Amino acid sequence: MISTVIAYVSRGYKELRGEIFVLPSRTVVVIFCLMLFLVPVITGNPHYLSILTLTCIFAIFAASWDLLSGFTGQMNFGHAAFFGVAAYTAALLNVYIGLPPWLTIPIGAIAAVLVSLILGVPCLRLRGIYLAFGTLAFPLIIKDIIPAIPGAGGTLGVQGIKAIVPISSSPVIEYYIAAALMVVLGFIMWKITDSKTGLIFHAIREDEVTVRASGINTTRYKLLAFCLSGFFAGIAGGLYVHLIGVASPDAVFTLTLSFQAIIWAVFGGIATIYGAIAGVFILYSLYSLPEYLSFSISELRMLLVAVIVLLVLFFMPEGLITWIRDKTEKTCPRCKLQNVAWRKTCRVCRVELD
Amino acid sequence: MRRQVLVSENMAESILINGLITSGVYALLAVGFSLIFGVARIVNLAHTAFYMLAAYLVFTFTSRLGLPIPLSICLSVVSVAIVGMLSYQIVIDRLRGHEATILIATIAIALIIQESMLLAYGSSATPAIRLITGYQKILGVKVFYRELVAFGVAIILLVVTWAILMKTRLGIAIRSTAQDREIANLMGINVTRTGMITMGIALVLAAIAGAVVESTARPFMWMSPLVTVLAIVVLGGLGSIKGSFIAAFILGFVETIVTVMISEQAYLKEAVALAFMLAVILMRPEGLFGVRFEEER
Repeated sequence: MISTVIAYVSRGYKELRGEIFVLPSRTVVVIFCLMLFLVPVITGNPHYLSILTLTCIFAIFAASWDLLSGFTGQMNFGHAAFFGVAAYTAALLNVYIGLPPWLTIPIGAIAAVLVSLILGVPCLRLRGIYLAFGTLAFPLIIKDIIPAIPGAGGTLGVQGIKAIVPISSSPVIEYYIAAALMVVLGFIMWKITDSKTGLIFHAIREDEVTVRASGINTTRYKLLAFCLSGFFAGIAGGLYVHLIGVASPDAVFTLTLSFQAIIWAVFGGIATIYGAIAGVFILYSLYSLPEYLSFSISELRMLLVAVIVLLVLFFMPEGLITWIRDKTEKTCPRCKLQNVAWRKTCRVCRVELD
Repeated sequence: MRRQVLVSENMAESILINGLITSGVYALLAVGFSLIFGVARIVNLAHTAFYMLAAYLVFTFTSRLGLPIPLSICLSVVSVAIVGMLSYQIVIDRLRGHEATILIATIAIALIIQESMLLAYGSSATPAIRLITGYQKILGVKVFYRELVAFGVAIILLVVTWAILMKTRLGIAIRSTAQDREIANLMGINVTRTGMITMGIALVLAAIAGAVVESTARPFMWMSPLVTVLAIVVLGGLGSIKGSFIAAFILGFVETIVTVMISEQAYLKEAVALAFMLAVILMRPEGLFGVRFEEER
């Protein structure tokens, strides 16, 4: 009995050592996830918790942008459209029909998928910068039309949306829901990009003509990328609106929100998923935390963030996390496995690393 | 660009005159944006931030330093051009080849300008500077002299830019760099310097628009013109100067028509302009006058 337990534990430890601790990046990811779940134990401050909850939601949002634009290279400048439509759908369903959050958020995400189809089908005729500016127009058009629609709350937005957890003042539970969803959805997105579909996404960005010549229907894959991205962005939008309690056009459909997703993802490094998530955690917390520290810093924080973004991109044009990854890891020339940069030979096939 | 459009009984004349004035300013901004995109293949999202910077500098020079208005306009245009050329030389040119990174770098530059102005002057609009006061009735429409001057300056500048592009050696260098960067380089044109000079010209256009047209400066006034300029440039076809010029007039008139015809829903003008742009590029994916680039590999 005890021996089997010991056997399992030692096997688990071996797996852990063989697959996770061999690479510092994976170790960091595991430690990061553990830290995420320990945060409420360390600090009970509701301000910090609510900032972190928002950070997790925006991390899903930025990662979903990366899934579409980072991987397939289809620059989407109107990512706020997905976020906003899901937010509004969830808000209206919750306020008028009274559906609970665990129903409104998925329905909102499905609405975002529909929007991504509506947006994706015509826009895939466009290429490069034209696609970017074509998509840029969508959330701005919706933002201006919403106040004209009766029942949509006007410029002030839909109000009185129920919180995710019906118990009043439960920042810890909200935080855990957002953090768990962020980890799970982030992992799913990373798995998608690691699969054959992800490979095709990546190939479309590198050379679409060649992919098409290989007999792959690239339009279908680009649409798939739009739908997947819209789904994840929609979940982020639904969560956001249930957390904030208000869905207003000036919060969810703005140019700023669309640009922020791009800033976060590019800062961390595009086509990585984890880069986008790390970008949000660095930049958004850097931006939000000084608000509660001291007034003199909080006036400077936006300037500070902009300068940091510019400096990091100046020295690491591929993004911060990509730069760190390339400094600490090498790919084995034979078996294509990742190795720590300071190894002389590959950890599996013993080939000399250069 | 919050133009106050005064509705009068003669709607057609009102649309014509206000449309021309709005379009002239849009053309100044869009032609510069298009120039820099054509030559350097860079989407400079900080373009309208420089326009805002010029408006602030004019305010600083006149109100804080007490300089006469024409001198302060010249000074602010020159300093905006220098700041822009430096940022091109130091930041933007270095990041060439990383498309997404350049976009974010230019947004970061725009945010740095915005935040510096916020810190220096606060979030409210600066007091208005009166360049010229008074108005005249043209075709029964009230037109401020300031707007007439702005329109005149816009047309003169556009003609000058056209002359530079078509008649000088520099213009030939700019146009050939826009056509094929590599071959231009092989022909002995210093493409980096050409790019920097183009940036300078583009920003002079933007800065004059900001200095002459805007009577006040607000730290967030770069966002809404940026969207309009992007829509114009895409509608006209990226990199096509003629296209940007014509598209500026199309969207300028579309916005004015919306503002005049349904003045209660005037906030819809941006949405209508954007929808118009979308409808056109969905039918013609390369814009009105754009060249269909061969798929770059």
